Amino acid sequence: MGLLHRHRQLTPYLLLAPGLLWLGVFFVVPLGFLAYQSLQSGNFDIGYSFSWAWGNYWNAVRDYRPQFVRSLEYAGIATVLALVVSYPVAYWIAFRGGRWKNLLLLFIVAPFFVTYLIRTLAWETILSDNGFVVHTLQHLHVLGPGGRLLATSTAVVTGITYNFLPFMALPLYVSLEQIDHRLLEAAQDLYASKWKAFVRVTLPLSLPGVVAGTLLTFIPAAGDFINAQLLGSPENHMIGNVIQSKFLELTDYPAAASMSFILMAAILVAVAVYARAVGTEQLTGTAV
Amino acid sequence: MSAVAATTQPRGEILSSILAFVRHHVLTLYSLLFFAYLLLPIAIVVAFSFNHPTGNFNYVWQGFTWDNWRYWDGVPGIRSAVFLSLEIALLASLVATALGTMIALALVRYGFRGRAATNIMIFLPLSTPEIVLGASLLTLFLNLNVVFGFWTILIAHIMFCISFAVVTVKARLVGFDRHLEEAAMDLGANEWVTFRKVTLPLIAPAILAALLLCFAISIDDFVVTYFNAGSETTFPLFVWGAARVGAPPQVNVIGTAIFVIAVSGMLVNVLIQMRRTRAATS
Repeated sequence: MGLLHRHRQLTPYLLLAPGLLWLGVFFVVPLGFLAYQSLQSGNFDIGYSFSWAWGNYWNAVRDYRPQFVRSLEYAGIATVLALVVSYPVAYWIAFRGGRWKNLLLLFIVAPFFVTYLIRTLAWETILSDNGFVVHTLQHLHVLGPGGRLLATSTAVVTGITYNFLPFMALPLYVSLEQIDHRLLEAAQDLYASKWKAFVRVTLPLSLPGVVAGTLLTFIPAAGDFINAQLLGSPENHMIGNVIQSKFLELTDYPAAASMSFILMAAILVAVAVYARAVGTEQLTGTAV
Repeated sequence: MSAVAATTQPRGEILSSILAFVRHHVLTLYSLLFFAYLLLPIAIVVAFSFNHPTGNFNYVWQGFTWDNWRYWDGVPGIRSAVFLSLEIALLASLVATALGTMIALALVRYGFRGRAATNIMIFLPLSTPEIVLGASLLTLFLNLNVVFGFWTILIAHIMFCISFAVVTVKARLVGFDRHLEEAAMDLGANEWVTFRKVTLPLIAPAILAALLLCFAISIDDFVVTYFNAGSETTFPLFVWGAARVGAPPQVNVIGTAIFVIAVSGMLVNVLIQMRRTRAATS
């Protein structure tokens, strides 16, 4: 009996062990190696050695400040755009979707079933100089006669917004769908206008979805380099582009490693500032 | 009839009735526009898989052809890239789902010390930018002098799939009725038999969902793979390389095929659910 009891206590740990071990060895330990690498000095030919080289961090910030700022800027704009664009649709599906809800949700996630790179290449086609978007905008004199969209920040932000849109729309939908419709009826019974009922009841209740969607969109967007590479020019490059080329083309590992940590820190700071603005309860409520 | 009625109406009335219609359905109209925006790039991908480009660049519509589909592997390297992606996705989703299901079972059904820490451990990889995941694994393998290739890709894919598997299975386990297991145990079944005969069939849909999700994420992954592939080429890496010189229409063919297979799978699932809810409500 005692043995069985002990055995039952052991079961959860046995279930956890293989998966957590995998995450430990291939997620946590690598972060340690990344930290170790970021404080090394030397060069690829003579080899790198650990020397508490904090200078890597200062050099990264000094040399690549525009790319860091641009990453946060593009990710921020794309997140706000995604929120504004998808909120009404999430609302529409949650409140008017009826029994078509699941089908409409399938439409929302449909872009995810096209390979990321291929859908970004599709935007390259849509925004290309001979495409109908550029022609229409030139016709409307929004763009000058030689004006283009590709290789501009507009194209990069457009691509980022599109690529991460489902990350925003799905949590919004989930939080809107959970709202008890009787609360809205109550508000209207108490003579709140439709608009007022939305602002005072629906919007606050959907805030967890807004917070979750914002984080899920902002974090991958800030680290992205594919949109800047395929839709932008070197002037639109984000920090992801720099990290990628330092690691894989220039083999300047310590610089690339320190930039990865600065990116993580920058994201954490941005999330913390955001958390202060919306309240930490909302944040931890959705995170765990 | 309605056309005759419309022409006899004064103009202002028609306009105001149109306006009223628009005001009433503004959200619906907006949503339709939104879906058009969402599906436009997909339509482009599908359409250009039938394009007959004259030069290197598959950007401008030149004419319809079936050739790209007939000779989908007519471009050097695309065939092996597709098969490598399928192989990795299959193995990674199987392993990650097994590991993830075990973690989810432990989290939902047992009280133990370290639950909060485990939850954080699952949440962290999901909230780390992919480029950091890829870069840190790269430094690990570099420092240990591991040869990059099939195994490093597989290890990486299992790593980032585990959290997705845990979250998916956990979401469906929460409403799980534990009395059924207790009943089986009361009737003399041991833990393993209970698990096989009661628990597993009940959570099978969740496991299947996790498998499909992991498969989809793995076959689509570019960033982490790019950092850890060495000289191996998965399908997304092939697209990346091809994009530099102009991606051939065969890339669109594979993209369309993946899209159609994934969406039909989801569609069947959605239709079954709709039928069930309809049967339940009527």
